[in-house]
Amino acid sequence: MDLIIILASGVATGTVLLYATVGEIFSERSGVLNLGVEGMMLVGAMFAYKVTAATQNPFLGLLVAMLTAGAVSQVHAFITITLQADQVISGLALNFLATGISLVLGEGLTSLRDVVPQLPKFTIPVLSQIPWLGEIFFDNQSVMVYFGYIFIPLAWYYINRTRPGMHLRAVGEYPAAADTLGIGVYALRYFYVFVGGLLAGLAGATISLSISPGWFGALTTSGQGWIAVGLVIFAQWNPVRAAFGAYTFGALRRLVLDIQGPATILGLANPFFYNSNLGFFLKMLPFAFTVVFLVIGSREANRKRVGSPAALGLPYIRGQRGL
Amino acid sequence: MTDAEKTKATPGFKLPFMVNIEPRVDDPPKWYSPMLSVLAVVFALLIGALVIWLGGGNPWAAYSHIARYSFGSVGVLSDTMVKAIPLMLTGLACSIAFRMKLWNIGAEGQFYLGAYGASLIVLLPVLPEDAPQWLFIIVMIASGMLFGALWGFIPGFLKARYNVNEIISTLMMNYIAIQWNNYFIYAVWSDHGFQLTRMFQRNAWLPRLSDLAETMPFFRGLTTHMGLVFALVAAVILWWILAKSQWGYEIRLIGDNPRAAEYAGISIKKNIVLVMMLSGALAGLAGMSEITGVVHRLQESISPGYGFTGIIIAWLAKLNPIAVILASILFGALILAGREVQPAGIPTLIQGVIMVALIASDYFLRNRVTITRREEV
Repeated sequence: MDLIIILASGVATGTVLLYATVGEIFSERSGVLNLGVEGMMLVGAMFAYKVTAATQNPFLGLLVAMLTAGAVSQVHAFITITLQADQVISGLALNFLATGISLVLGEGLTSLRDVVPQLPKFTIPVLSQIPWLGEIFFDNQSVMVYFGYIFIPLAWYYINRTRPGMHLRAVGEYPAAADTLGIGVYALRYFYVFVGGLLAGLAGATISLSISPGWFGALTTSGQGWIAVGLVIFAQWNPVRAAFGAYTFGALRRLVLDIQGPATILGLANPFFYNSNLGFFLKMLPFAFTVVFLVIGSREANRKRVGSPAALGLPYIRGQRGL
Repeated sequence: MTDAEKTKATPGFKLPFMVNIEPRVDDPPKWYSPMLSVLAVVFALLIGALVIWLGGGNPWAAYSHIARYSFGSVGVLSDTMVKAIPLMLTGLACSIAFRMKLWNIGAEGQFYLGAYGASLIVLLPVLPEDAPQWLFIIVMIASGMLFGALWGFIPGFLKARYNVNEIISTLMMNYIAIQWNNYFIYAVWSDHGFQLTRMFQRNAWLPRLSDLAETMPFFRGLTTHMGLVFALVAAVILWWILAKSQWGYEIRLIGDNPRAAEYAGISIKKNIVLVMMLSGALAGLAGMSEITGVVHRLQESISPGYGFTGIIIAWLAKLNPIAVILASILFGALILAGREVQPAGIPTLIQGVIMVALIASDYFLRNRVTITRREEV
């Protein structure tokens, strides 16, 4: 159990959560809560694997995964934006629908192991020589992990420093005001729900083509989409904080797997090695920590008076009083 | 036309008619909402048929198979009821919470904890092995409901005290509950190293219809158990609470208009905790009745997602406890006979489409859609 290895694979595992969380941040910043992340990730993971198996091209699989998950997200967009239904219940429904779609179309994919190519892994020449950090972040990681490093600052810059990003925030904070300024509230919300879908699909494809390759039905994502929804609250709708949370969770997931390996830790007998049944309690940890993160996030939000986007969860009806 | 903006004229080329959409001011007719629910189910079945057909199967054969093996004879009807019992209770659990707009997605975990609570009585053991059956049933009900309520209390307390989003916390509690049970199945109560506990002795089983076969031969082989009585009683009590009691009025008021409820002096925090506990207790009762009425031991995968299907059932029933009973029977059939339909994801897909169609169809409850002939200009 090498700490460097745990952190390095934690970064890889956390990359999945990173994309899903930032995707949900885009959607929620525009005022649409989409609880269907888990389902959209499943759709992405399934299509990525299926298309890659058929064409032997993982990048094509990645593209199809993003587009299909994005398409699925539009069901939620239509129901909540145009039909103005409750976002919570529609997101739950999207989960059932997307899970059903991926189970039906993913039939028989599980047996395809070893014939499906994965996304490439490589080492960054100079950066990997940095002691500690190089080994953790730049040594033999998936291309998706590296893309994540670029993606975090870009997402932050887009939301906080660009004009389209300002429109995004306006639509989520005060859609009526945005509307009077000629910003298309409905169109932008559709678009950012789609972006959320694209990124959830990307997260799913990252699982099935790189992090833990294969298709295992609903177990492929095993609740990571839900953890991502929780992380959005912890991240206070900020991509940089989301990255911190995602990598921390990734490392935690790895630690839970790896801590059962060695017979001694720091010279002490390792209880998890001698009693493998204690592993069930280890498996609870990521989920228990999500709840702890939520408590921390909620308290901090209260103290600093930063909250969710003001119009989050509310349909915008032009001409009606209110937000 | 007062609300001109809401009127959507057909863009581009002119159709000979116009579709007008305006928000409803009056209540829709009473038959309108159930009709939409039925249409949503029919629509979902059609989509399911399309998928089966595209997958190379015969939709008619698949559906007649489902119908025959769920409602075709008294025997299979009884099996359908067995599947429907946990759905009724989890559906009721979701209904009461959703009525207050409290999104308890944790019925699945509360179900597992209810099963654990009931098993505890036999396996710890709390009661001596030869205690009378009626005592076992009462104590197991109490313990199952208590553990379910505890599992509901935690997210309820966190929401009331720290404003923690209950959707995420209840969902996380599901995963924790499953691992909790696994620990006891694998480590503490494992039967000869197998991943299940020993079978409960007969006096810790819920009575079944087949137990009456000696006096009434008609009931021979019928597996429907006493959990059905629990579910029906729970539905009636819940209906009474919601429709007749002051507490029910408070719950409905908080759900419809939390600000008004607060001005009226109703404690929202207290009700969040109480309703989460009641919801958890009902889901726990579902787990208890499944473990003592059907499985008779604690083991892995005691639920094919009863807690999640309960969400759809609650919505299909429009949160009406009596309608939950009927909707559960439909879904019980889908789960029972759908197991053999290929591809295996079809029942999940149909459930998903039902739910999406239901939510979309609510649009017609909130808006009046009329089609009028376009006047020649």
